[in-house]
Amino acid sequence: MGKLIEVKDLAVSFDVKGGLLLRTIGTVTAVNNVSFSINTGEILGVVGESGCGKSTLARLILRLIEPNRGSVEFNGTDILKMSKKQLRLQRRHMQMVFQDPYSAMDPRYTIFRSLSEPYQIQGVKLDGEDRHQKIVDLLELVGLSSEHGYAYPHELSGGQKQRADIARALSLNPEFIILDEPTAALDVSVQAQIIKLLEGLRERLKLTFLFISHDLSLVSYFCDRVIVMYLGSIVEIVDADLIGETACHPYTRALIASIFETVPEQKNTQASLEGEVPSPFNLPPGCVFSSRCKFVQPLCHEQTPVLEETPDGGQVACHFPLHEIS
Amino acid sequence: MPILEVNDLHVEFIVDKKKIRPLERVSLEMNSGEVLGMVGETGSGKSLTAHAIMGLTSLVGGEIGGSVTFEGKDLLVLSEKEMQSIRGSQIAFIPQNPMTSLDPVYRVGDQIVEGLCKQVKIGKQQAKQQVIDLMGKLRIPKAKQVFQQYPHQLSGGLKQRIVIAMGLCAHPKILIADEPTTALDVTVQAQIMLLFKEMTMARNISLFLITHDLGVIAQVCDKVAVMYAGNMVEFGRIGEVFSSPRHPYTKALLQCIPRIGMEKGSLAAISGNVPSVDTYPSGCRYHPRCSRADSLCKKTIPTLLKIEGDSRVACHHYLDNKD
Repeated sequence: MGKLIEVKDLAVSFDVKGGLLLRTIGTVTAVNNVSFSINTGEILGVVGESGCGKSTLARLILRLIEPNRGSVEFNGTDILKMSKKQLRLQRRHMQMVFQDPYSAMDPRYTIFRSLSEPYQIQGVKLDGEDRHQKIVDLLELVGLSSEHGYAYPHELSGGQKQRADIARALSLNPEFIILDEPTAALDVSVQAQIIKLLEGLRERLKLTFLFISHDLSLVSYFCDRVIVMYLGSIVEIVDADLIGETACHPYTRALIASIFETVPEQKNTQASLEGEVPSPFNLPPGCVFSSRCKFVQPLCHEQTPVLEETPDGGQVACHFPLHEIS
Repeated sequence: MPILEVNDLHVEFIVDKKKIRPLERVSLEMNSGEVLGMVGETGSGKSLTAHAIMGLTSLVGGEIGGSVTFEGKDLLVLSEKEMQSIRGSQIAFIPQNPMTSLDPVYRVGDQIVEGLCKQVKIGKQQAKQQVIDLMGKLRIPKAKQVFQQYPHQLSGGLKQRIVIAMGLCAHPKILIADEPTTALDVTVQAQIMLLFKEMTMARNISLFLITHDLGVIAQVCDKVAVMYAGNMVEFGRIGEVFSSPRHPYTKALLQCIPRIGMEKGSLAAISGNVPSVDTYPSGCRYHPRCSRADSLCKKTIPTLLKIEGDSRVACHHYLDNKD
């Protein structure tokens, strides 16, 4: 399996302005020196709590936001060095499905019109009938029918809208799709439908996914590998099937312990973490997790840990990973 | 004797001169000190049940039928004034969204004191001291300082604790909490849920917990009511409902939830969508999505059957434990 995407030292921060003269009074680090790669055909998950930089990371990879530094290579070419024209052509290969299906579609366009937009933007020459047929095929591919094409977004249910959104992302036959919390707004029974649809599409169309979610159970089920983020940094990269056994960052373990399992016999009796995610405003030096970590040592406040290989084939950014303690 | 008994509850609204019933056939009982969970997908009638028990639906023009018996009194026949003496001090309610249920222009402490003074005869200073004590017990750090702050200065988890303090301050016998942790991150949700359980147990409060999250139900509740499309479809002790669900919907819903270590491709889905109130199918409302449905299910509405102890199920072909 070759690498489809390679992200190196990607970072972005935003200035915060305040005071009478709107001077810069500090910076918020949204994504902090992030490096990882995505293999062709893989589903890579990104998990973390709100404000950890998951969505910003997705936008950086597609260059919807310009980073401060770093590189994003797609099949060996750095998309951050591309001209506008090159980038537009490149976007055919990389698409995104957004979090909120209710606002991702123009409410005044029918589904047909929304789905024909990618062809217009990309200048794909398709005459009316061919385009119509293509869109009907796409709708059927995602489990809708051509009737849904004539509907406006408000006439569809949340699950149907998310299917239409997926169809739009597929319209230019991309190789790579970023799924930003595609099921967060849906009920569990509909979430399961969408996940099954994505499983099938990946198989049939040989797609590569970056799947962003706050739900660790869902990510570990759906993905091959999982990136765990905290306050803009990657704290651990771990095999999804083995996450319960091999995760060794204290934060990943705390996330696992916070899951309320649907098994009444296995009761959670102790909160795994105290407090809440601190503000990303002017981060202190040292490990990002040090303020909430149960195993914190003086070193953690001084030196920022870097990602290192673990014996289980993952990577962890921690001075005292848990496999060494236990 | 159960502290709360709901019998054949329904709520009716008149929309465009047509009667609609977004809630029907809800029966359950709750014993003192018990944690009862109500679970269901969007539009299944969970919140409406809570509002009906509190007598809040009549305020927006809804007609409530059936009976809601609290300590032997039928709440549905009480006047609004009598109801007011029960709301808050006997049965308290924590609404769905802590972000919008606090008034942004008042200090959070004063908002709790205001409610407490309405429900209990108590001096302002004494009330303030009680509220600060309670905030401390809810593990709000620097309670005195937080008392003086405005909602926008607090994090989501802290705001949720303030709203819980509001519900607990008058020592109610029943606390109804509507999706209290939906807007929170998982690590904070775990803290709040455990705190909830601890506080209600220590004060012998019966908790009525509404959520869409079956995991929360499994971890916190003693009994569970499963709702679907405005009907109660199953009711029972959580051990039984989770290990051998009787209603096909409960069973299918449990199989929709991904778990760590689950084999890839083994997730099940329920086909179709939850119907909305104007598209409820005939007969059993779950029949278009049900694998066990036959012609009887299409025609006849199943009644909520009592089977073994407290357990209830509304299905013509409910699953036997031996299946």
